Amino acid sequence: MSVNNKQPHVPQTTGHVWDGDLQEYNNPLPNWWLIAFYMTVVFAIVYWFMYPAWPIGRTHTKGLMMITYTNNQGITKTVHWNTRALLMKETNEAVAAQKPYYDKIASTPFEDIAKDPELNSFVLSAGKMLFSDNCAPCHQQGGAGKFGLAPNLTDDDWLWGGHYKEIQQTITDGRHGYMPPFGTVLSDVQMTQLADYILSFEKIPVNPASAQAGNALFHSETAACYYCHGADAKGRVVHGSANLTDGIWLWANVPGAKTIADKEDAIKKVITGGLNKGVMPTWKNRLSAEQIKLLTVYEHDLGGGQ
Amino acid sequence: MFKHEWIETNIGLLAVLTMLAISIGGLVEIAPLFFLKDTVEKVDGVRPYTPLELRGRDIYQREGCYLCHSQMIRPFRDEALRYGHYSLAAESQYDHPFQWGSKRTGPDLARVGKKYSNEWMTQHLVSPRSVVPQSVMPNFPWLLTTPLDYSDIEDRMRALRQTGVPYSLNQAEYNANVKKFGPDTAKLLDITHARQNLIAQAEQGDYDGDRSHISEMDALVAYLQVLGTMVDFRKYDDDAFVKYR
Repeated sequence: MSVNNKQPHVPQTTGHVWDGDLQEYNNPLPNWWLIAFYMTVVFAIVYWFMYPAWPIGRTHTKGLMMITYTNNQGITKTVHWNTRALLMKETNEAVAAQKPYYDKIASTPFEDIAKDPELNSFVLSAGKMLFSDNCAPCHQQGGAGKFGLAPNLTDDDWLWGGHYKEIQQTITDGRHGYMPPFGTVLSDVQMTQLADYILSFEKIPVNPASAQAGNALFHSETAACYYCHGADAKGRVVHGSANLTDGIWLWANVPGAKTIADKEDAIKKVITGGLNKGVMPTWKNRLSAEQIKLLTVYEHDLGGGQ
Repeated sequence: MFKHEWIETNIGLLAVLTMLAISIGGLVEIAPLFFLKDTVEKVDGVRPYTPLELRGRDIYQREGCYLCHSQMIRPFRDEALRYGHYSLAAESQYDHPFQWGSKRTGPDLARVGKKYSNEWMTQHLVSPRSVVPQSVMPNFPWLLTTPLDYSDIEDRMRALRQTGVPYSLNQAEYNANVKKFGPDTAKLLDITHARQNLIAQAEQGDYDGDRSHISEMDALVAYLQVLGTMVDFRKYDDDAFVKYR
């Protein structure tokens, strides 16, 4: 054939003739292609013997290849090769390689983890990976948060507490923010007064008389805001209630509102409808206790930890 | 002696032999799965979808989510690290058709349930780039404003019942479900109460953060939040496969 290729092209036919003169060209495949094709056939046959391949009734051929792995109970077994055993082998090898670090994290007090340079670099690299996959969708890369969805993790304002233990509990069990709606309890004027009282903390030039009335209302049994937000309006970590005095907003778009009336309306909207959001998922079923502790340290050290 | 020409000149024989040849692939790859013991592992917790989740699944298919998202975590370490435990065949035993897929433009969704809050799901579906700046997912804002059509929910469940999904139509089937799934789940699988169950779940779950009406978003988020959450893998023996190897 290689000789034919060098000659002027003379069409070969298959030799079949239909209707007296209808013929079929025969252009055979190049040799290199045919050899490669037969090699894949040979490869497949070898593969059938080496790996699980053919079904036979209720079972299948197991193959000659074996794999030795250690299961989650620490028992080492040798079985016919399969991907699940390979996964278990690779996973448990990786777990074993990381075990010294995670053991050290588990046994080291929060405060001392960052002081150990080796442990700290493990926290930074593993924490970055875990944070990007699990936390960043809501809290964004770097932990800057998202207005109206998830709080900023790098500032000093903490809804559920910024100490190690509190952060650890937030990640482990999740959180669910709740504020009851006051739309049917308070009048529009009363809500404006409350909004003015809150805005007065930010030195926004609201009507002083209205803010004064709001102050009284805030601490009265009618609105009873102080129950959750505290007598100083600085919020209570145990309720996840917001600090209303620090100019940091998650739900009411006060910074985005231009006029005082718009700022009042933004706050009144929250007072009217309440809040039943700010849901932080539970992570204890998805991450190990050591991973959560690592994330706690990573997150604490993003900037705002107390 | 057998001659090539016989086949080429006999259209009937050609058709029969062509069909034989192309059915070998199916016979070898698909048919044995109906007989192999380890095709569908036994695992606790998997139940059919509730009426609301079922409508969410319909919307998932209507919007073509499966074109970019798979729902099958393969037993590889990188996938296990990112998505969680590898998928079991038993987990999609009530899916008709299953949503395994083989194309991932977006991430796998087999275990996305409860990973994010309902608020995040809703905001992300309305405007993905508002929460994930690098996302290439389209916006689906109409899900939030379109009321969910559940007028034919009983028919949809009845159709799935025909394919073997244990939605109950009579007392005997209901009792069987109580035995298999427990009384709470059995009530949700009762076709005769489908409509009130759907409304109750949507109102209680408040998936889209708007209680004024049941939107398509309610159904889709309810469906997404249950994906991959039915099996408790702390109780699953990962080494159980050994007896088949």
